[in-house]
Amino acid sequence: MTAFAQQVISGIATGCIYASLALALVLIYRAMDLANFAQGEMATFSTFISYSLIEYWHLDFWPAFVITIVLSFALGVAIERVVIRPFEGKPVLTLLIVTLGLFTVFNGLTGLIWGYVFKTYRGGFPSVPVQFGGLYLNVQDIGVLGVVLVMLLLLYLFFSRTKAGLAMRAASLYPDSSRLLGVRVGWMLALGWGLAASVGAVSGMLVAPIIYLDPNMMQSILLFAFAAAVLGGIESPVGAVVGGVTIGVLMALVGTYIPGGQDLRLAFGLIVIVVVLLVRPAGLFGRAAVRRV
Amino acid sequence: MKRLLGVRPELLGLAVVGSIVLIGLPTVTNQFFTFEFAKVAIFVCALLGLNLLTGYSGQISLGNGAFMAVGGYTTAILVHAIGVPYWLTIPLAAVVAGAAGLLIGIPALRLSGVYLALATFALALSIPPILNHFDTFTGGHGGIVMPPVMAPFGLDLSQEQWLYYLCTGIAILLFAFAWGVVRSRTGRAFMAIRDSETAATASGVSLAYYKTLAFGLSAAYAGVAGSLLAIVTSFINPDSFGLGLSLTLLVGVVIGGLGLNFGAVPGGLLVVWLPYFAEKAGEAGLHIGSLSFAGKPDIFFGAALILIMLFAPNGAAGLLVRGWRWYLSFRTATRLPVAGPVAGR
Repeated sequence: MTAFAQQVISGIATGCIYASLALALVLIYRAMDLANFAQGEMATFSTFISYSLIEYWHLDFWPAFVITIVLSFALGVAIERVVIRPFEGKPVLTLLIVTLGLFTVFNGLTGLIWGYVFKTYRGGFPSVPVQFGGLYLNVQDIGVLGVVLVMLLLLYLFFSRTKAGLAMRAASLYPDSSRLLGVRVGWMLALGWGLAASVGAVSGMLVAPIIYLDPNMMQSILLFAFAAAVLGGIESPVGAVVGGVTIGVLMALVGTYIPGGQDLRLAFGLIVIVVVLLVRPAGLFGRAAVRRV
Repeated sequence: MKRLLGVRPELLGLAVVGSIVLIGLPTVTNQFFTFEFAKVAIFVCALLGLNLLTGYSGQISLGNGAFMAVGGYTTAILVHAIGVPYWLTIPLAAVVAGAAGLLIGIPALRLSGVYLALATFALALSIPPILNHFDTFTGGHGGIVMPPVMAPFGLDLSQEQWLYYLCTGIAILLFAFAWGVVRSRTGRAFMAIRDSETAATASGVSLAYYKTLAFGLSAAYAGVAGSLLAIVTSFINPDSFGLGLSLTLLVGVVIGGLGLNFGAVPGGLLVVWLPYFAEKAGEAGLHIGSLSFAGKPDIFFGAALILIMLFAPNGAAGLLVRGWRWYLSFRTATRLPVAGPVAGR
């Protein structure tokens, strides 16, 4: 029973990482109905930047963490302005291909700069067990949980209490009316990409100490994040978090209790995506899509 | 304008020159180049299939590498475990992969655009670990080694030459079939769905039937490509069929030209030869500071995807069509419409 409980708790922690990448996907999906396939590779790129800050500039983890978040924000804004903007109003197929182009560029760029050798990444928390009410918990897991909760709180405050957050919500829901009211809709999209890149960077820096750092590290995480976003309803931030935690726990249990489950975790991600889309395409928290004819 | 057999003389000339090049190629190049051109023919098969799905019926697939895996393993397992002659396994690979495509195509019916991309992305990522897991059939990481293939009927051909002719011949057959499909009722239905699902439904096109059919056809093409790849390399393992392969196919079909069958040719040439040239360029010392580009074509592939979508949505083939029309208007001195078919509208 304690083994089971420990798996669930470690699943919740990993799930928080899936949730933050899923949240990054939701931010962009809400703004422009687009699944950003490059989100994971952008996060990997950011994580490598923080790796360089720590290893070569000899910064501590936390200053490097903050600097990386700021740099990633700038990177996200720049990508929207330079690469995505020329495709505004183009069909979804075109935009999807563009994000896959970004995926390939960032994957290649990371490999070019940092190489394909697996690297150990020292995170902000030690990986040591602490005893807590008969359970052995990993400090790292608790740290991940804490960081994600703080990030969620900040995002909530941003979207509900600030003018910029309000403008972003307005721009994604009613672009035309917002434009009439003086909201610069294009820049709100850029802001969305910047925020998504920052949130993605957090997920990368949290997962890298758990798995090794390499240019392909976020690909399976991206699959689980997609599964989380689809399960929660791809437009819902709350859904992304609930979906992420659910997927995290599910994968921890699959990995532990199904023979050869580690190999099959990705396949379970696929099954979750397909089943949710077939049974309840709107996900847990999404609203049903209405097709205008 | 005079026409020979109903075809413009220029096109007839091109066809003759093309045939001579295709047939003569392995007699003037070395083993390595012949082998690589056999791989070009294999990628042409896969790209033709992906183009039917993405270019003509407007459904994106990041999972065609997975269908290549199905075709490849069908061939490898039949040859290795049962001893079926390799040539017989090619149509079987098409059937099995096509059936897998239909199976995926049925849920795909309800998944449009973004969701289909998500599901096929997940398919591409989960295939290699699945193949590793069921290692009693697939040999796991070690893969399956097949006996090398020799030229039949006592033909005086080296192994590479025979494989080249085999793959090229099949690529030409599949090209002709795709050409026929596009010009049939089915092809028109695909394009109607691509241009507007609503309008297609209103005109009596069954979305369910044609979308599934496109998926199945595309998967069958990928299956043939996978089967040929296994035959040509006489080896197969899960790592050859990862996400990278599916992305390579997408790069090939976009750069070659969405919505134009012959785009598979420039696409196939590019995805086989660009990595080779990237390797050569790296060895020749192409680098920025300490960063060497040796064997890293990815950045170019990705940038090309974005630039092509921006400036030439119909890829290399679209540019060729434009050049051809410009040439015609120059010859006949009458203005013809210059716009080519636009993909994904």
